[in-house]
Amino acid sequence: MLRKLTCRELVELVTDYFEGRLPRGERRRFERHLAGCDACSIYLEQMRQTIELSGALRTDDVSPVAAAALLEAFREWRVASR
Amino acid sequence: MTTPDEREELELVRALRQGEEAAFRALVDRYHASMVRLAMSFVSTRATAEEVTQEAWVGVLRGLDRFEGRSSLRTWIFRILTNTAKTRAMREGRQVPFSSLADPEDGPAVDPSRFQGPESRWAHHWAAPPTRWETVPDASILAGELRNRIDEAIAALPPMQRQVITLRDIDGWGSEEVCNVLELSETNQRVLLHRARSKVRTALEAYFAEGEPRA
Repeated sequence: MLRKLTCRELVELVTDYFEGRLPRGERRRFERHLAGCDACSIYLEQMRQTIELSGALRTDDVSPVAAAALLEAFREWRVASR
Repeated sequence: MTTPDEREELELVRALRQGEEAAFRALVDRYHASMVRLAMSFVSTRATAEEVTQEAWVGVLRGLDRFEGRSSLRTWIFRILTNTAKTRAMREGRQVPFSSLADPEDGPAVDPSRFQGPESRWAHHWAAPPTRWETVPDASILAGELRNRIDEAIAALPPMQRQVITLRDIDGWGSEEVCNVLELSETNQRVLLHRARSKVRTALEAYFAEGEPRA
């Protein structure tokens, strides 16, 4: 039996866990620790929330000034490439 | 076999080569904002990032005939962007870090003082455990102060961590494409992502703690 994972070790493995990059045995140790540790479960949930909240920064807005400048560049390119 | 996405891309490229403005507008709507955001991790101001992105688009148009579909159109466009941004950063006298370089200032994901010391019976288990965040708003309606705090936390990251978290978590790309665009190994990408996310979590923890009544 492998030594149990400590909380301090677990927090360094969260991204590997999310990315599915933990070897099977290591994943089992990770999940076994989580099952018995509320604090680490909360930590994991916070990392999930962090990822989700970062995703909220996504925007698709193009400023009108930038859009106009780009269209002009496009038209110049079109003329030049004919 | 081509996937529907690839077919759509090839169609876009064909339309662009023929000078169809609508195709260009569609592409700008899709990628411009993300490109500016990524460019900001290479150069010092938003205005310069806008300029770099504009320059990259011109590079995209001029290079269209060279696009062979060996990578996705998005990967190809973002590679042009990062190359343009790196050139500008060097002109600005900014250091562009090597991709293999770890940031020596980086500590662990969580402040070591939050854990029990080695002499404790519960060595390396939580001493000051995280508490549940009670007031997390839905990400789809994120606004105001919290949004600014996340933005600031990401802007404060070392450039490569910022680049990785920007593409992975803000734009939602997969790791393979991020590695291709940023020229990183899969392992380095994951280490950078881990450090970036851990720091943003720490910033969020501080933010949510402020809302709680003092003990």
